[in-house]
Amino acid sequence: MGMTMAEKIIAAAAGVESTRAGDIETVTLDRLMSNDGTTHLTIDMYNNLKNPHIEDVSKLVWIIDHNIPADSPKTAASHKKMRNFAKEHGIKFYEGEGVCHQIMMENHVRPGELIFGADSHTCAYGALGAFGTGVGCTDYLYAMVTGTSWLLVPETIRFNLKGKLREGVYARDLILTIIGRISANGANYKAMEFVGEGMAGLSMADRISICNLCVEAGAKTALMEVDDVAMAYLKEHGREPKHIFKSDEDAVFSQVYDIDLSEINPIVAKPHFVDNIVDASECQDVKIDEAFLGSCNNGRIEDLRVGASVIKGKHVADGVRFLVVPASRAVYNQALKEGILDTFMEAGAMVMNPNCSVCWGACQGVIGEGETLISTGTRNFKGRAGHKDSFVYLASAATVTASAITGKITTADKVI
Amino acid sequence: MSDSFTAKIWVLGDDIDTDIILPTEYLAMKTVQDMKPYAFSPLRPELAEKIKPGDMIVAGKNFGCGSSREQAPEVVKALGVSCVVAKSYARIFFRNAINNGLLLIENQDLYDEVKEGDVATVTPGKSIEVNGKTYEIASLPDNLMDILNAGGLVQAMRKKNGLD
Repeated sequence: MGMTMAEKIIAAAAGVESTRAGDIETVTLDRLMSNDGTTHLTIDMYNNLKNPHIEDVSKLVWIIDHNIPADSPKTAASHKKMRNFAKEHGIKFYEGEGVCHQIMMENHVRPGELIFGADSHTCAYGALGAFGTGVGCTDYLYAMVTGTSWLLVPETIRFNLKGKLREGVYARDLILTIIGRISANGANYKAMEFVGEGMAGLSMADRISICNLCVEAGAKTALMEVDDVAMAYLKEHGREPKHIFKSDEDAVFSQVYDIDLSEINPIVAKPHFVDNIVDASECQDVKIDEAFLGSCNNGRIEDLRVGASVIKGKHVADGVRFLVVPASRAVYNQALKEGILDTFMEAGAMVMNPNCSVCWGACQGVIGEGETLISTGTRNFKGRAGHKDSFVYLASAATVTASAITGKITTADKVI
Repeated sequence: MSDSFTAKIWVLGDDIDTDIILPTEYLAMKTVQDMKPYAFSPLRPELAEKIKPGDMIVAGKNFGCGSSREQAPEVVKALGVSCVVAKSYARIFFRNAINNGLLLIENQDLYDEVKEGDVATVTPGKSIEVNGKTYEIASLPDNLMDILNAGGLVQAMRKKNGLD
């Protein structure tokens, strides 16, 4: 009997010939990412160990992205602790360079790797055929000290994609549709694997966006096969695969879905759950106070180009704040070169430095009581973007930008 | 861990996410003790004060979905919650809870059949008795029980390496 991609990556990391969904394996990690959301806690725990030790410091990547630049003495102290520790121990360290997952995709992730990230959206790395999974700081500490961890081998749900997304429909609409269909725990403990002829039409930005959001269906990881698009991205960023895995023909999948991309519509996820989706056309009268274009889900150059094309020559509505936050310095610089940031600034948007921004509800742009945000961020939980009695709608870069122009939820075809 | 205990039940719903368990704005507080008053505050601001050590939480599906913030299970443990019984757990929360020594029990029926204020007798790995009815519960795998019994992953690691 064959193995899935997830089973093959775990078997390789465990040094065993084969493994099956449901087995528990002790694995050696290839890479360990941590950000300023929890690293201060990891350092405290590390310092309390009797014999503190880092098994392989070359595997660690630490990134300050959640609250950069610091917004209070408290976060400044937490950053200082992280910065000093990284320097003292020779840990690869980024600060203000971008959102952690974008930094990892641009600089570190290789196909076939098994990566722990102390952040739930680590599943994004599947866009390059790597098994990325989110862990808490205790699991992170254990992996940092021992180089290993244990993993329950997940079952895999396979999504066969065919056809092409229509004009004005984006990868984000696709993954929100899928999450709505299988529900917020539809892939709990499982891997979500995306294959099929429909993959060829999806850019790396699309693929990262899809894999990144799979945790919102509960997934342990998301995986895509490495093809020409992925290889071109790796080459452009100067890296080689560690190993390229594909699921065997006779691998066992817990479920298989066939998805026709041409049937996907612009989607909005309404408060307060990511699986609470409707066609964007059904929300068109909802008034907004703020719009956010950015995040590890949708802050890449491709997303900014979409937003800029919608808003060029137009203006943000009175009384609406429009935050534009490129996901990394590389994205920011590219947007500068292409004149995209000029377009946003001339339209009345606020262009911020690369960070997690209002997506995690603490960095900047938080919304007040009774206010409504439309966002390309990752979550719309109650209180996620600020006050406990506020509202977050999730949508594509196009819908978010169009909404910033009209002041209410609007699909881009209504403003172009 | 196999000793029975009695616990008063607090009932929460489906999809209790980590931003409900502990909102982002309280994550940078210095200690988990400081965070305690804000646990579950977006949903039920009064709850943190009412939960007494030894009480238990009963919830629906997908408890702990969302972020990897470990402060979420930590704050539940710090409130003195003896165990959480839910229909299912989000996986990162599940690991984080075990790693912090917080007992999680999966049961499909309890949530639909008990109400807040009921008192249950819990025998880990065996059963929960409440309102005269017995609900059988599964035992966790041995490697997870070792972590729970040690009081969390860090303690288990210290014990394993003979540091304590």
